[in-house]
Amino acid sequence: MSTPLIETRHLKKYFSTPAGPLHAVDDVSITIERGKTLGVVGESGCGKSTMGRTILRLLEPTDGEVLYNGENILKFNRRQMLEMRKKMQIIFQDPYSSLNPRMSVADIIAEPMKVCKTLPDKKQIYARVDELMDTVGLAKRFVNSYPHELDGGRRQRIGIARALALNPEFIVCDEPVSALDVSIQAQILNLLMDLQDNMGLTYMFVTHDLSVVKHISSEIAVMYMGQCVEKAPVDELFRAPRHPYTQALLSAVPKPSLRDRSALQNVIKGEVSNPVNPKPGCRFAPRCAHVCEKCTCQDLQLKEYGPDHYVACALVEQGEI
Amino acid sequence: MDERNVLEIKNLHVIYETDQDTVYAVNGVNLTVKKGKTLGLVGETGAGKTTTALSVMRLLPKKIGYIKEGEIGLDGRNVMELTEGDMRLIRGDTVSMIFQDPMTSLNPVMTVGKQIRESLELHKHGRSEKEIDARVDEMLEMVGIPASRRNDFPHQFSGGMKQRVVIALALACEPKLILADEPTTALDVTIQAQVLQMMNELKVKLNTAMILITHDLGVVAQTCDDVAIMYAGEIIESGTAEDIYEGKQHHPYTVGLFGSIPDMDSKAKRLNPIPGLMPDPTHLPAGCPFAPRCPRCMEICKETKPEIVHFGTHEIKCHLFSGDEKGSEPV
Repeated sequence: MSTPLIETRHLKKYFSTPAGPLHAVDDVSITIERGKTLGVVGESGCGKSTMGRTILRLLEPTDGEVLYNGENILKFNRRQMLEMRKKMQIIFQDPYSSLNPRMSVADIIAEPMKVCKTLPDKKQIYARVDELMDTVGLAKRFVNSYPHELDGGRRQRIGIARALALNPEFIVCDEPVSALDVSIQAQILNLLMDLQDNMGLTYMFVTHDLSVVKHISSEIAVMYMGQCVEKAPVDELFRAPRHPYTQALLSAVPKPSLRDRSALQNVIKGEVSNPVNPKPGCRFAPRCAHVCEKCTCQDLQLKEYGPDHYVACALVEQGEI
Repeated sequence: MDERNVLEIKNLHVIYETDQDTVYAVNGVNLTVKKGKTLGLVGETGAGKTTTALSVMRLLPKKIGYIKEGEIGLDGRNVMELTEGDMRLIRGDTVSMIFQDPMTSLNPVMTVGKQIRESLELHKHGRSEKEIDARVDEMLEMVGIPASRRNDFPHQFSGGMKQRVVIALALACEPKLILADEPTTALDVTIQAQVLQMMNELKVKLNTAMILITHDLGVVAQTCDDVAIMYAGEIIESGTAEDIYEGKQHHPYTVGLFGSIPDMDSKAKRLNPIPGLMPDPTHLPAGCPFAPRCPRCMEICKETKPEIVHFGTHEIKCHLFSGDEKGSEPV
């Protein structure tokens, strides 16, 4: 097997708070193969965005390793890291706050090229800007517009063009379509899939929307309170979810059809508990319908139950569900 | 006004006037909500959904938003003719609103109990102080919050809990109609499912009618009896939930809207978005507002506004169907 493009080993990120360490990402090991998309799903506060940022070293991890092409980038110094950053980019959730309101569209897209000095002169940089705008489907007439003049979908296209400016290999997409209307959302998702086909990009797609992730991902990792509770190829996960949280998450999505009206009956109770100093054992236990003693006595590890299908659940382990 | 309806809107036109432009936000909307039923008002950002709701409450921004034309009948009274003083007696009592963002629609320096109390004190209906206190506790318990938390402040609650408080507030005086403006958009899916389930139960228990404003066709399918789809300030298709979700004929925009939802059950990888954007509400097209994006656009669509075509309860505003008006859904 070839080296995966991205691999994390026991990645941890704790934030210190007055109440104690907040376990935002707690011992997560994932791999992303070159040219594939890993969808990371979970509710707000489960650490999915923090993980994306930690992998890019926009946040320094507390512990663990991040391997890019087999190299541990956490050991890199500043200069090496600058070189690395050309290969890994991020698209942010909110196209309203992630663009500088005082820069024109062309300047926003040109900025990474200026910072990293990949192209020698202005002429070539702005020629590349034109090319990028074409790639992401932005009309030439917006070159000198400012972000506030454009709608959400177009703004998100600027964010994508900026991420592509340095010909990256790997892009973290941090909820890139959550702030958009459905009809625009579909346009952006198609664009991201086209770009992946044409440029062989590798994505880590962070979202809370399971239906979005199903379309774009090849593999899905479900996160709950900083831990990965289930990881499987996309079809397998939707066909046979094993972890009770994954099952609950899938059944909670309101389906646009009248046939599934009763589906809302078996919703999970309660809310995500506090990630500061979490108790040992399964973190989903307080909300889980199948909870028993085994769930709370030990920390759980992901174990393989089918081809590439990993679950961290004491009950699945015992064959009880 | 029909006895069975709690709300009737006829030919409503709303504009926003700014220094440079006039925004045509709502252009000739007709809506009826039957007693105890839920109407889903669906559309994208800027379609005029919230403006329609604010018009019913007469809460359009002052000196900018104007109702140019139209009638709003609420529980047998004409809202347009009421004074501001009358409106204050109606708001929160006959009709109340649930806003999208629970984080900003509660007063951060007032305990939740006091906030619920506030509307009960305004609309006393002869309740004594003790009865009001009991009612506050009852409301909190009803939405699943222990009454002992009545003296907590909003920041002490999670997002889902805050939205429950907002719902308790809206239901406190047992209104005949609730306008819920994207009540679950800011919540996580599992919490959204909890809140929707609770709203479904309370609706039946209190026999309250509701307009549920949302862009999520999934949420509508799970909660609504009737559906109206809005585009650029017009209702382009309406009917019962069965008409919209299972009917055979649809407005091309509805088809596009359903097509662009990522389907959890389908194998297809590519999505089918609607090309283009919603028209600029300051310069609306002369004909059908959807014509510039419509895959089935004809010459007539660009010039004349389509009339509503009726198929029983199902209404579609599109030239494609003019002429085949029948009593029932065509087979």
